[in-house]
Amino acid sequence: MKGFPGRTGLIFDEPLLWERGRKGRSGMSLPRRDVDASPPAEHLVGEPPDFPDLSEVEVVRHYTRLSQWNFGVDSSMYPLGSCTMKYNPKVNEKQASRPGFAGAHPLLSAPLSQGALRLIFELERLLAEITGMDAVSVQPAAGAQGELAGMLIIYAYYRSRGSRRTKIIVPDTAHGTNPASATLCGFQPLNVKSNEHGMLSTETIAAAMDEDVAGIMVTNPNTLGLFEENIRDIAEVVHSKGGLVYCDGANMNAVMGIVNSSDMGIDIQHLNLHKTFSTPHGSGGPGSGPVCVKKHLEPFLPIPRVVREDDGYLLSEDFPESIGKLHAFHGNFGVMVKAYSYILSMGPELTRASQLAVLNANYLKEKLKDVLHLPYDRPCMHECVFSDKLQKEYKVSTLDIVKRLMDYGFHPPTIYFPLVVSGALMIEPTETESKEDLDLFIDALKAIAREAREHPELLQEAPTTCKVKRMDEVEAARHPCLTG
Amino acid sequence: MRYLPHTEEDVAEMLKVIGVAKLDDLYATIPRECRLASGLDLPEPMTEWELGDHMATLAGSMAVSPEYKVFVGAGSYEHFIPESVIQILARSEFVTAYTPYQPEISQGTLQAIYEYQTLVARLLGMETANASLYDGASALAEALLMALRITHRNRVAISRAVHPSYQKVVRTYLAAAGCELLELSCLQDGTTDLSAMNGTDDLAAVAVQSPNFFGCIEDLKPIGQLVHDKEALFVVCFSEPLAYGLFKNPGSQGADIACGEGQSFGVPQSFGGPGLGMFASKMKYVRSMPGRLVGMSKDVAGERGFVLTLATREQHIRREKATSNICTNGSLCALAAAMYMASLGGTGIRELAMLNHDKSEYLKKELVKAGFKVPFSGPTFNEFVVEFPPGFESTYERLLEKKIVPGLSLASYYPELPNHYLLCATEVRTRADMDALVRELTP
Repeated sequence: MKGFPGRTGLIFDEPLLWERGRKGRSGMSLPRRDVDASPPAEHLVGEPPDFPDLSEVEVVRHYTRLSQWNFGVDSSMYPLGSCTMKYNPKVNEKQASRPGFAGAHPLLSAPLSQGALRLIFELERLLAEITGMDAVSVQPAAGAQGELAGMLIIYAYYRSRGSRRTKIIVPDTAHGTNPASATLCGFQPLNVKSNEHGMLSTETIAAAMDEDVAGIMVTNPNTLGLFEENIRDIAEVVHSKGGLVYCDGANMNAVMGIVNSSDMGIDIQHLNLHKTFSTPHGSGGPGSGPVCVKKHLEPFLPIPRVVREDDGYLLSEDFPESIGKLHAFHGNFGVMVKAYSYILSMGPELTRASQLAVLNANYLKEKLKDVLHLPYDRPCMHECVFSDKLQKEYKVSTLDIVKRLMDYGFHPPTIYFPLVVSGALMIEPTETESKEDLDLFIDALKAIAREAREHPELLQEAPTTCKVKRMDEVEAARHPCLTG
Repeated sequence: MRYLPHTEEDVAEMLKVIGVAKLDDLYATIPRECRLASGLDLPEPMTEWELGDHMATLAGSMAVSPEYKVFVGAGSYEHFIPESVIQILARSEFVTAYTPYQPEISQGTLQAIYEYQTLVARLLGMETANASLYDGASALAEALLMALRITHRNRVAISRAVHPSYQKVVRTYLAAAGCELLELSCLQDGTTDLSAMNGTDDLAAVAVQSPNFFGCIEDLKPIGQLVHDKEALFVVCFSEPLAYGLFKNPGSQGADIACGEGQSFGVPQSFGGPGLGMFASKMKYVRSMPGRLVGMSKDVAGERGFVLTLATREQHIRREKATSNICTNGSLCALAAAMYMASLGGTGIRELAMLNHDKSEYLKKELVKAGFKVPFSGPTFNEFVVEFPPGFESTYERLLEKKIVPGLSLASYYPELPNHYLLCATEVRTRADMDALVRELTP
């Protein structure tokens, strides 16, 4: 494995928190007691929580060791499809941790919160410019909550017109969150198939569209990494039947400054600040999922909204048609600070970021299409989808291939998604990977393909260099042990 | 641009491999009418140093500690965060990882979240907890949706003393689900009046908060009994989990689901977000739970390890039949909370909780001594309501000029409570801060 990032080294073992420590230790400097004790009535008092007592060094060592069993974008290439694992700039962390932001209480009056309100206002304007949409709310806390906001807006839109539609079109290539979000709003998802080119055809949508259908949830670029070429015609069909077009913008990283969602006929779109706008994923959150709308849907955006008046910025709840609140306060402000910093650092170069993301994906596709089966051989956007069809004869699956990638020092791509490709490997390199790193990744997959032919057991037994060998996920679900 | 590694030579070589002449040709499949005619109208890129200046200006306009003494909690609490927690949380292997879909390469996150689930379950006295939701408000909404699924009923009751913003978020989530909401009003002592429940027998769940929005401790046990008599689920929510370092936890009082905001545990206030949705339930309901769950398992060699589990509840497997649409949650905030709970320990959390209680009691007594009215008589944790005399707004403004924020006005949330303010004193408020507040209130 010489020449590849993956090497073996000393891995520290580390017990569970409560397998460490001694009663009476402490890992936190407790503030001085400058008031008298005033114990509450005894019947109210409970047992102290059964937490282990640890010293500061025990806590620090515990989590340092745990972190070493992990893999992040800062470790190596992380080509997880549809997740946009680009580099998360360090300087943005500093901005969010400034005491003025990190220590800000969300319920102080507007004059005491001008900096935060201005940041939210400006971020919403910047996102409107980048998407081509008219109005934005950054309140949704993640992509799925942005989708929920979008569905609630559609629901509220029909209610305001005195009608109720019960179904929504969801293509088979959609993220699982799409049908789940639609259902949460009482819409029945109407599943439609993509065509032999991996696209939605206008005819399919026309056939599904009627006066009971509220609209369509389309991901563009779609989860096969392809641009939905018929999107304008599809939008026209949907609009002609009184429906609305919702775009899942999880894959926006391909097309910043390239397309205008509004011109495509999109009415609502959510974004993922933790994908396209470089805020870190934090091992699974927090994210931020702004919802962007055209003018006619602006009255339905979540409240409160930040508005600008002569003497500054303020929060307004004066939007009687709003879907209401989605978050206890104003959304994930700390995440917004990082995305805002990223946009200000990039400016119009966001377009180059998109171009290079697409360049990297097409380069991988060209270099790998003789190594792995490419079910849709078309120019791709920011990601490309392969399958394990060529490796199956050696009794090697997608799972085996990607587990072996770990030994070579790369994070696996997204696997077994989208569902329309059997044994899918969905690879999204992002623009922050250099050509040298892409070449190493390509060489690793070539080496693995060779191993699949000659030594399939190397793949079946992978990974061998991680903290643990292959985990038993079936047993975990059969006999769940969720707490210790 | 320093985040983009490609040289012009790299680009040229790669384009050649792909077989196109220029970058824009990569977009040949996009119909012309979808293309943006002119480039993005965005300001020129800032250097790192320009960005720093700009952000310092914005952040500098905010009213924050230590310049301001903010006596406001109401769901967002100022607590000390140990530097050790800040530093270990910043390990980029945690910060820059995705959801741990590939367990072998994510054992750090997975073990840490398993430990988080355990600590949360122990704190709340519950059998199991999930890997986190967005915030306290959406956690409560998800709890009520879960109760609807379990009971196949269509009505829930929620106390008016639950955080007003949580109530609003619940309304947003439940409106589209076509569910009916019954509001339980408040008694004179600031706790929940259950009488509206009489004669209702089709409730899926009853939700109360303790300490409630007014800071009052609800007498959970009898409420739980009443709720269970009606075969409904008892949902206990919270915005200040530190209270359970001292007071009886929801599980010991019969809660079926305990959920709320975990920001107090090592997560900066950050203008209200990101927070941490804590969510725990009885084990028998685990397959109806929303969100990620980490479980213990073994690898092929028999070594202990951890994986995401019971994924058949989730959207990426179950799609429209999922228990929730949640995907990205609040993982890094959950890690912060675990690190904070580990740093405090069982001994430390009791001490810190008592200190919060005692400081708040000190302030309460000093205010009463100074002639102000504390309308709700019940026990409280680290915040409580004060009724100031009519015309208090001018005093409030005067204190703001002295950089003291003397509580949160309740009038806009509860029109029936004019001149009522919610005041909070955590461990960060010194006796000197509190004495100064009382002095300024009584010039």
